[in-house]
Amino acid sequence: MSEEEKKEPQESGTAEAGEQAKQKTAEAEADPEKAAKLKAAAEARAARAAAKAAAEAAEAAEASAPPAPSPKQPELDAAAALIRREVADEALEEVYINELNGHMPTIIVKNDYWRSIAELLKIENDLTYLRNVSGVDYETHLEVVYHLVSLQSGRELTVKVKADREKPEVSSATPVWATANWNEREIYDLLGIVFTGHPDLRRIMMPDDWVGHPLRKDYEPLDSEV
Amino acid sequence: MIRTEELLLNVGPQHPSTHGVFRIVVKLDGEVITEATPVMGYLHRGTEKLAEQLNYTQIIPYTDRMDYVSAMTNNYVLVHAVETMMGLEVPERAEFMRLIVMELQRVASHLVWWGTYLLDIGAMSPFLYAFRDRETIINLFNELCGARLTYNYMRVGGVKWDAPPGWIDKVSEFIPYMEGKLREYDKLVSGNEIFLARIKGIGKYDAATAIDYGLSGANLRCTGVDWDLRKAEPYSLYSRFEFDVPLGQNGDCYDRYRIRLEEISQSLRILKQAIAQFPSGGETMGKVPRAIRPPAGEVYTRIESPRGEIGCHIVSKGKAEPYRLKFRRPSFVNLQILPKLLIGETMTNLITILGGVDIVVGEVDC
Amino acid sequence: MGAWLNGPMTWGNAVVIFLWGAVFLMIVLGFVTYAIYFERKVIGWMQFRQGPNRVGPLGLLQTVADIFKLLIKEDTIPRKADRLLFMLAPVLAYVPAFSVLAVIPYTQKLYFADLNVGLLYYVALSGISTLAIVLGGWASNNKYALLGGMRSAAQMISYEVPLVISVVGVILLSGSLNLRDIVEAQSGGWFWNWNFLPQIIGFAVFIIAAVSELNRTPFDLPEAESELVAGYHVEYSGFRFAFFMLTEYVYVYAIAALTTVLFLGGWQAPAPFLEFVPGILWFLLKFVFVVFFLFWIRATFPRIRVDQLMGLGWKVLLPVSLLNVFLTAVYIELFIKG
Repeated sequence: MSEEEKKEPQESGTAEAGEQAKQKTAEAEADPEKAAKLKAAAEARAARAAAKAAAEAAEAAEASAPPAPSPKQPELDAAAALIRREVADEALEEVYINELNGHMPTIIVKNDYWRSIAELLKIENDLTYLRNVSGVDYETHLEVVYHLVSLQSGRELTVKVKADREKPEVSSATPVWATANWNEREIYDLLGIVFTGHPDLRRIMMPDDWVGHPLRKDYEPLDSEV
Repeated sequence: MIRTEELLLNVGPQHPSTHGVFRIVVKLDGEVITEATPVMGYLHRGTEKLAEQLNYTQIIPYTDRMDYVSAMTNNYVLVHAVETMMGLEVPERAEFMRLIVMELQRVASHLVWWGTYLLDIGAMSPFLYAFRDRETIINLFNELCGARLTYNYMRVGGVKWDAPPGWIDKVSEFIPYMEGKLREYDKLVSGNEIFLARIKGIGKYDAATAIDYGLSGANLRCTGVDWDLRKAEPYSLYSRFEFDVPLGQNGDCYDRYRIRLEEISQSLRILKQAIAQFPSGGETMGKVPRAIRPPAGEVYTRIESPRGEIGCHIVSKGKAEPYRLKFRRPSFVNLQILPKLLIGETMTNLITILGGVDIVVGEVDC
Repeated sequence: MGAWLNGPMTWGNAVVIFLWGAVFLMIVLGFVTYAIYFERKVIGWMQFRQGPNRVGPLGLLQTVADIFKLLIKEDTIPRKADRLLFMLAPVLAYVPAFSVLAVIPYTQKLYFADLNVGLLYYVALSGISTLAIVLGGWASNNKYALLGGMRSAAQMISYEVPLVISVVGVILLSGSLNLRDIVEAQSGGWFWNWNFLPQIIGFAVFIIAAVSELNRTPFDLPEAESELVAGYHVEYSGFRFAFFMLTEYVYVYAIAALTTVLFLGGWQAPAPFLEFVPGILWFLLKFVFVVFFLFWIRATFPRIRVDQLMGLGWKVLLPVSLLNVFLTAVYIELFIKG
């Protein structure tokens, strides 16, 4: 089921609800008790809506106050400074803290500098353990997410590299962390991102002669009736 | 004219010792392996793609089937990820139940590994002893949630079923029974000369290689690296309990064997403490909104499953279904070192090394 | 039996001797059937489960059903296989197995052949089965069968050497190759007169080498090839496969009987006051104990790797058995002759 199909029932749902409301008012005029009940219900709804609006206003007020600085911010700044100093100033596209994920420092890097940044992070920053490589298909672009951790200090870092949808290419991290080998093969297989510099880039899960990349959002399955 | 050729041999996909549907293409020069290429994907069921159309509670049964030998930890990694994203609080009793079943699951999974590993090496009987003890655990789970292998037990915010009356007592009876059995198994197998000759010094690698290949679990700790997520990045209630993390020194199959057996006794230790501190009352589900919609963003949580670090990377767009759900499966990552370890080994050692990595093919393929 | 063999070879005598042979064949086949059944039961009990218990009362007809299944299977011969050798190999494996049973004495009076070189006859014939295994592996026209056959042949040859040398000590002590004389030499009333105590090194080597000769766990690499397909009998199915299995169990019978005769005192009672029990019962009791011991080892031990197996045979068992011969010779020279 694609996303468009799912949106339609929601819209028709609201349309139906509107019609049902009209029906109810017609009935109410006929029956005074029911009219009283409906009035009470309408008042309750109005009260809830008012309360909700008040809550949202309070939240907005809270949000406009500056948030407390994250405890991992100094780590992130140190890493960002290191990269800017050793590699290039424009190597980093974005630097932020992912609050949902326990304040995980996250950086988005440009693909041209990714290989040198990887080596830098492994050697200078002691991020020797690459725990996970994921590929994500945002409909406008593809992205590869690397989760790194330092076993000695427990420091973590998430690195994202963006890739173009038409010709997705990302420098491979396999020469730096050997564990990236199969992870990148899996992403190549299922999402179609080509990892330049990978020693053995071929399909791993799907059969070797499969056409298409199944995890992409626009993938047409062979048996689409199912 | 005599000439020697290299023999290309397929181990699997149907093979008694590959622990599932998994194939290794080996090039042999006589008895010595010159190259080994694992081929997988025979059990690829597209869990990650399916997850994009299901809401989080519906994905929980799918997680059971990834690492089917250790389904409780799979359940936990998913619900833990969602709870982290939403900032939900889980009531204490539910968290205790989760911890108890996860540790029982660890014991059961290591028993399966032990029995099948020894069966591959040629000893028939430990397999039956291991499965007999695992039956007790499975029966406990059956009483708890109605299933023996794929439990579908945890939910976002808590657990589905509370412990039936008398269940906790049965668990506490099991603990001394299993400790006694562990001593028996140690005497039966661990001192056996034949077994030691088969296992010692096989499949060695050092800590730097292990870290580079991203190994986790016993495969990493056998080289001496002290990294157990229950201690290094504590989750659930592990920080309340005292337990040791067994470490090896040589990085060979024997160390992995010893570590896993020792982990069983440490799990029993945690269980003893957990049962002693078990709350007498409490809710099994926290306050969870009816529609589980994590806020937009992404999260990567990881826990220590019996095979290593299992992680769950969720990218959410604020809807009830995840935008992208990726599981970091320990068997998949741990298996990468196999081609490197097998070069120069004989066919017999292939089985010993493969068994020592402890893979479950459902997890390798996802 | 001695009377029949020593008497004139008339047609009547020949028929009687032949019938005795046939009766013995039936007994051996009965033994094989129930050895397989008891092996499965005993190993099952050691593993906290019951063995076969469905087919027939208490599962007693299990082996009968299995053999019947094997007999009614299609007789496949691979197309490119060497037909004659393929068909010859199981027969060649079985015939020596059955022939060696001729020299085993059961009691003073109950024996089939009284050869003065009985032990040598046994050792020589059991070597022919190795030939049959290589033949089977070669004739199957299958790479894996050939490799498995070669490996199995290497194992069996390597372990025959310590097997034979370990019994030389017994021969020295008894002064004869005749199996009946060897049992007589162990008489003395008590169980410590039996050869297993004076020849304890030889006994240990003999047991290990015997288990290896039988291709049983822990030396069952050629058979339980979970690593490399099924070894030399991969292409054999149905009745021919049954022949190979039959050979294995007849050899179990032969080795157990030989152990009993050489080291455990044959039909002798363990103590003088127990001599009222007929000798055949003692023989059977010791025989059954040896067979049970073989089953017990199978349930307990893992498998030895092939290179460790060869190393064990040549580097450990052979020197130890030679040492045993040397020690026995020195002992005889010093204490018995002088």
